[in-house]
Amino acid sequence: MGSPAVEVVDLVKRYGGLTAVDGLTLSASRGAVTAILGPNGAGKTSTVEICEGFRTADSGLVRVLGRDPRDPALRPRVGVMLQSGGVPPAMRCAEWLRLVSRFYACPLDVQALLVRLGLAEHARTPYRRLSGGQQQRLSLAAAVVGRPELVFLDEPTAGLDPQARHACWDLVGELRAAGVSVVLTTHHMDEAERLADHVVIIDHGRVVAEGSPASLTGAERQLRFRARPGLALEELLTALPVGSAAKESPAGHYIIEGQVDPELLATVTAWCAAEGVTADDLRIERRTLEDVFLELTGRELR
Amino acid sequence: MTLDFTPAPGAAPLRRMVLAQAAAETRAILRNGEQLLLTLIIPVLLLVGFSLAPLVDVGAARRVDFLTPGVLALAVMSTAFTGQAIATGFERRYGVLKRLGATPLSRFGLMLAKTLAVLAVELLQVVVIVVVAYLLGWRPEGLVVAALPYLLLGTAAFSGLGLLMAGVLRAEATLAAANLVYLVLLGCGGVVFPLSAFPEGVRPVLEALPIAALTGGVRAVLAEGAFPLAPLGILAAWAVLTLGLAARTFRWE
Repeated sequence: MGSPAVEVVDLVKRYGGLTAVDGLTLSASRGAVTAILGPNGAGKTSTVEICEGFRTADSGLVRVLGRDPRDPALRPRVGVMLQSGGVPPAMRCAEWLRLVSRFYACPLDVQALLVRLGLAEHARTPYRRLSGGQQQRLSLAAAVVGRPELVFLDEPTAGLDPQARHACWDLVGELRAAGVSVVLTTHHMDEAERLADHVVIIDHGRVVAEGSPASLTGAERQLRFRARPGLALEELLTALPVGSAAKESPAGHYIIEGQVDPELLATVTAWCAAEGVTADDLRIERRTLEDVFLELTGRELR
Repeated sequence: MTLDFTPAPGAAPLRRMVLAQAAAETRAILRNGEQLLLTLIIPVLLLVGFSLAPLVDVGAARRVDFLTPGVLALAVMSTAFTGQAIATGFERRYGVLKRLGATPLSRFGLMLAKTLAVLAVELLQVVVIVVVAYLLGWRPEGLVVAALPYLLLGTAAFSGLGLLMAGVLRAEATLAAANLVYLVLLGCGGVVFPLSAFPEGVRPVLEALPIAALTGGVRAVLAEGAFPLAPLGILAAWAVLTLGLAARTFRWE
């Protein structure tokens, strides 16, 4: 049990002239949930597919449960959920899960797993007639049916409705509680924040930040409120302790950063009273993972 | 119901994995309408139609005695080549081969399962065709069992050709090409129209085709009680060539 579940050092993967993974290093601990977070095209799927043994690295070291990712001995120990597809369209839901279960020595009970993921009433439905969410849940079921030590989930909740997302999150929680190592990719911050012990944010094929969700968002809190646009923040700043920051972004939305304590709150509300404005929607909050993510990867669409 | 997710990894025995996969593939073939049309309905219709109506000149032989071996060969080609090429091409396209690659079922196990599924469907085809032929008055000179070496080597050669196509071409191209090749080989492989109907010059080329070797061999056994070795040699050569090429070029994704 000495080696981590997944260890990636200086991984490089190129497709023609495009460098998808550019010197990426990460480690996923055993028994923990590791989320690889990044915008589309950041290199998440390439990294995971190399760990799953589907693709080969151009350079770098990859170890999964201490072995080469292409080692056939890993197949029974590692569960895989592809981003999409992987099931014959005419295959019935339960038929596929039963087939996959037959490849393992001590599989989970297929019927119980179908019930657990809300697929029991679709047991005889061909894969192509399942909704997108049902297809995702079937793929998730097939990833865990063999009772693996490590599960790779590539965007497990993409296209799921809120109920199905929560069902998936609950399942990941149960896997973790049972001692299964989970590595998942996502571009949903709330998913990473909620599920992961360890978050690795990647962009342009490199790690830009990593840590627990709490360490990434920091202890720092913010005071936010809405008021009429164009308030003179310089005046407020002189009244606030040194090291505080105040900004209006977007217009009418004010954010005060610094040591958020009762005194700061009093100073801000007193200033508002002096200005003759009512601070609307006043609240104190932690930075979210989304704030961190956008700061690191930029706001422009791609 | 409680589910215990505590890791208990392990692969099933190879035999169980292969049988499960083979059963799933067999069900998939029998459930697929187009495949069934190709594997059972067309061969049976050809057998019945050309046996009852004097549409082709088959020489001195009775029509059903000439046609039955050809239709048996066609059945092998439709399942081992056309059906398998199309199914495998789409499995590749839908990521099924990729997904199966992440299970303990090895590629060797998968190929074994595909072979077993093809053989199971062929057995069903042979039974149906033989029964229909008997009802049409077919009386073979030799035992159907004596045709087995030809049918098995034919299966290997056509499987190689089908997998070669499926592993290289896009799924849609495989679909088109497999149907085209099926039609061409049906037309000029001695299945329904005897090779003697073709010009002298092209006959050696046609005789080297796997379908002609298969038809010729099965026909020699069942219509004449002979056991010629040349068709077995041709089929073996095709099998080695196509399976070897498929093994080198097959792309799983």
